[in-house]
Amino acid sequence: MFESVKNEDFMIVSVAMDADIEAARPWIEAASPDYITLIDQNHLLSSLYNMVNVPQAVWIDESGTIVRPVETGGSLDVVKEYDQDLRGYKPDVAERAAHAKSTYINAVKDWAVNGSASAFLFGPDEARKRVPAMTNEIAVAHAKFQLGQYLKRNGRTDEADAIFAECRQLHPDSWNIFRETTERTATGLAAGKEFWGKVRSLGEKQYYATIDMEGMPG
Amino acid sequence: MVIVLTETSATELAVGPGEPHPVDELWLSTTDTTAITGWSMKPEGFCKDDICVPTPPGKADRFVQGDAINLSAFWRLMGKPAVRSENADVWLLGEGASLRNDALLSLEAPDFTLPDLDGELHSLTDFRQKRVLLITWASW
Repeated sequence: MFESVKNEDFMIVSVAMDADIEAARPWIEAASPDYITLIDQNHLLSSLYNMVNVPQAVWIDESGTIVRPVETGGSLDVVKEYDQDLRGYKPDVAERAAHAKSTYINAVKDWAVNGSASAFLFGPDEARKRVPAMTNEIAVAHAKFQLGQYLKRNGRTDEADAIFAECRQLHPDSWNIFRETTERTATGLAAGKEFWGKVRSLGEKQYYATIDMEGMPG
Repeated sequence: MVIVLTETSATELAVGPGEPHPVDELWLSTTDTTAITGWSMKPEGFCKDDICVPTPPGKADRFVQGDAINLSAFWRLMGKPAVRSENADVWLLGEGASLRNDALLSLEAPDFTLPDLDGELHSLTDFRQKRVLLITWASW
């Protein structure tokens, strides 16, 4: 997705939120990304950055300062428009999604080239306004998730599943927790009945929060 | 045996779960407490760096008994999650919401250390002096 963004002052750190390292391996090897890919079995980044879905991105400058807080990493909120018969998106929907993605990638490229002169960065006050607030329930959900992952890795699957059910209740907005801990299809995707049921119950809520960026389709 | 997990560590201790304390309390020696968490008992209370949490007045024996510290009680007193397996043989000491919010609002990107596919560890701070697009994905 970001293959053409090459710049020695710029780096992509891509993190797989995968409890099962072997599930991530074929993706990483198939993509053979020339940027660094890390594996986050315990979803530590969800806890540190208050993330709820993939892809989510954070822009961090040379001094380690967040210049764009956590946001959807280029995806448009079209999941509710998925066509089950087509097993995909209708062409106009796919086109809107592609437009959103290219808008985001172009912004990343602009930043990669222009650094602090890029128009896509937020000043400190604007950045703080966009930091999502963590609640105590969310903090407990992340703690229990890590505990559950440990128990699961040690063969205590039933106990882990009970803890994961609590996590999903404590943090219902987290698709990372939901998809990591619910049923998978034969191809390993967390996109079975439970997933589509939860998508349908979103109502007015978004699956991917709209990216606050000039030129981004709504 | 009890296993005490933090975000970045797993420590196996010889103490039995619960006994003689209630199952939802994690009592550890002062030495183990400090080794695992970096927090320690001082005359001012439960302390790390320049932060001290005083023992609640009148309830000292619910928090400290001789050389033993009710770590789960102090942890929860600080607004941090202390969660456990059903029979309390595995504990996880997590981070609280207010510290997370303060960290993000400081705009200093929270550091982490994670492995690549070959198991080699990398930290976010390894990439200082570069602009970093931190982006997540998943196989699911």
